[in-house]
Amino acid sequence: MLLLIAGTMAVLLVRNLFVATMLLGIVSFTMALIFISLDAVDVAFTEAAVGAGISTVLYIGTLALVGSQEKDQPKFAAGPMVICIAVGAVLYYATYEMPPFGHADNPVQTHVGPRYIQDSPTEIGVPNMVTSVLASYRGYDTFGEVTVIFAAGIGVLLILRQRRRRKNEDDETDVPLDKGKTGRSGSLSGLGSEHDLIPHVIAKLLIPFIFVFALYVQFHGDFGPGGGFQAGVIFAAGIILYALVFSLDLARSVINEKVILFLISAGVLLYGGVGVASMLLGGNFLDYNVLSSDPVAGQHLGILLVELGVGITVTAAMLAIFYAFVGRADLIAAKAEQEKN
Amino acid sequence: MLSLSSQYPILVAIVPLMAAPICALLRGKTAPWAFTTITSACTFYISIQLLFSVASSGPISYELGGWAPPWGIEYVVDLLSGFMLVLISGISTGVLLYARESITKEVAPQQLGLFFTAYLLALTGMLGISITGDAFNVFVFLEIMSLSSYALIAMGERTDRRALTAAFQYLIIGTVGATFYLIGVGLIYLMTGTLNIADIAARLPEIEGTRPILAAAGFIVIGIGIKLALFPFHVWLPNSYTYAPNIVTAFFAGTATKVGVYLLIRFIFTVFGENYSFGELGLTDILLPLGVLAFLTMSSVAIYQTNIKRLLAYSSVAQMGYIILGISLASESGLTAAILHIFNHAIVKTGLFLSLGCMFFVVGSTYLKDLEGIGKRMPITTFGFVLGGFGLIGVPLTPGFISKWYLVVAALEKGSIIGYSLVALLMISSLLAVLYIWRVVEVAYFRDPPDSVVKREAPMSLLVPTWIFILGSFYFGIETSFNVGIAKVAAAFLMGGA
Repeated sequence: MLLLIAGTMAVLLVRNLFVATMLLGIVSFTMALIFISLDAVDVAFTEAAVGAGISTVLYIGTLALVGSQEKDQPKFAAGPMVICIAVGAVLYYATYEMPPFGHADNPVQTHVGPRYIQDSPTEIGVPNMVTSVLASYRGYDTFGEVTVIFAAGIGVLLILRQRRRRKNEDDETDVPLDKGKTGRSGSLSGLGSEHDLIPHVIAKLLIPFIFVFALYVQFHGDFGPGGGFQAGVIFAAGIILYALVFSLDLARSVINEKVILFLISAGVLLYGGVGVASMLLGGNFLDYNVLSSDPVAGQHLGILLVELGVGITVTAAMLAIFYAFVGRADLIAAKAEQEKN
Repeated sequence: MLSLSSQYPILVAIVPLMAAPICALLRGKTAPWAFTTITSACTFYISIQLLFSVASSGPISYELGGWAPPWGIEYVVDLLSGFMLVLISGISTGVLLYARESITKEVAPQQLGLFFTAYLLALTGMLGISITGDAFNVFVFLEIMSLSSYALIAMGERTDRRALTAAFQYLIIGTVGATFYLIGVGLIYLMTGTLNIADIAARLPEIEGTRPILAAAGFIVIGIGIKLALFPFHVWLPNSYTYAPNIVTAFFAGTATKVGVYLLIRFIFTVFGENYSFGELGLTDILLPLGVLAFLTMSSVAIYQTNIKRLLAYSSVAQMGYIILGISLASESGLTAAILHIFNHAIVKTGLFLSLGCMFFVVGSTYLKDLEGIGKRMPITTFGFVLGGFGLIGVPLTPGFISKWYLVVAALEKGSIIGYSLVALLMISSLLAVLYIWRVVEVAYFRDPPDSVVKREAPMSLLVPTWIFILGSFYFGIETSFNVGIAKVAAAFLMGGA
């Protein structure tokens, strides 16, 4: 807990943005540890994968674009400070009449909770109750969340691509991206340097395990902590690592932007498709019971498919964001080089 | 097999949702637009069917995933949400009819597939918020709507790069609003153990007086207030509306803030109940002055704008003030006026932004100085704009008059000195509206157009949808049985059934 507070304060005070990013990673890991001590393993897993993992990578990608030093000394802003303190005070005020922490008679434990705990093994038959709540009882929320990720990916593509096109129109000529030349200084697509042997070897050893682990998390979500969100992030992290070490162009040749756009849509369609299929079979939207003659088997099948949909969309969205950022960096670097010549 | 109509509640949300990823894969200039328009028209049709069936046979509940609430998520269509569905999908469809030529001026052709994907997602978000009966599901769809609207607003960037900062500002403020809402819902879950709106409403009375619930109500009201541009949380709105592409502004002006109002009404009347909201929380004392301040100050600010789009944006914040005032009166007639004005303002403002979009299409600017003598250059468009302006002022025969009439009645019902001074303030605000509309009229008709330009109208594909909205607004201003009727019944239902 203290580490959390210290970390957050440090992020506020540190001037170097690179350091701040690393500290944010630490804060996320601490959060994950706190979640574990609260027995929320799934949440902790997500926090570690998303907060400490992928968002740190994306931050670094952004920093490569904008540089790691803050431009001006920020002025002390009184307004936001007052708002923050007021919010804190209201939350503190509210804690006084909250039910005692972790008590068995709390409304959270006595109202909808017991049904999930008692009936989900027979109704859904998945050992990990978190998965059954996420993917089935409240499956529609998860569908919404996938759509949120989809919307985020679309938003990034829309804005960054438009910027790029506009730049090109202004220049009247397409900025040439010479693909063969990797290791160009300042460019991210040539980020992977050919001479650093150690990162290459380590990455080659690690990446297969990352993918296998991602698949394990994906398909084992029914039994242990995990599921589509975490798996998608881990899978994307594997590809991003590859891009960082071996250059983006190689990663692009494995999975390019068109494929990503297709995958990002396919995941949502798969999730929704399961819902539509259950409607066509006479149930309500996302009613997995009708997917198979045996309701429990139907639930299994439904959860497996929707988690797969989640995984695909999350992977593709993360990659889309990463590519879009790095693509921008490329463009700037290429432009700078052009001006030099 | 299934009967299709029993699936309508879910179809209205997932038809645009599922269409979005398909649209992302479409290429070309017309295909994404045509696909989006057809999708939106489908939702409009379904919404009308839903509204009819609710009006004849009462609220509909739909259990998602086949799980009964409160364990699963429930969709609930009552008269108010059905009304919102029709309004949102109707405006969306109308704006889309207009979009085909208009948007090619503002967004790169290669981007259209993704642009309309974002548009569909925004539509999905709004419909989802209106129809769901689950407090957390609201948050999910709020995020879908918000994320896509940030991207849509940023698309105005080819015309004016300030669209990017406007979108960023909205993103920061909007995220704070969403977070506040989430904290509020979290606190409610902590105290009641449920997320289903009807279930929360049933369990709240026992624990009404406790501090967490008080804090939750505060967070939720402020969070929604930010989303609906409640004065003084409106700072994001003028920038966003000014720099967004024209069809996005027209779409959001009619729907996005209205969804916020809908949520506020839901929480005040359905979840917390009017006794708690106006008794213990004392929302009248908070919302009434804010509403009055909104329409007085924002109408005044609108007078001094040099960009008509920004002028209309400030006028939107002012009009939200009327709606908030109606809610804060805590009476059935006040609520009727508020619901009525949601509808009336949406249709009038969309019409206005669309006619402004016609001017932009031809002239390439919405600044007053570039539109001198526009009344002679584009007579049909400008006449439409002026008629829409009458709606904002509240001239008889326009819907603006109807909603102001109900608002005045509600204020008088309140009696005492407050009621009478409210009426006076409403009159002053209407005069301010006359002033800002007059500024446009003056520039449009009493200045000579620059010599070099010739008379040129916007193409029919823009004019026809614009006039549908303008004439539609007059229709609902004269033949009021639809909008007034539904507003009355919905208000009575909310006040009685809370």
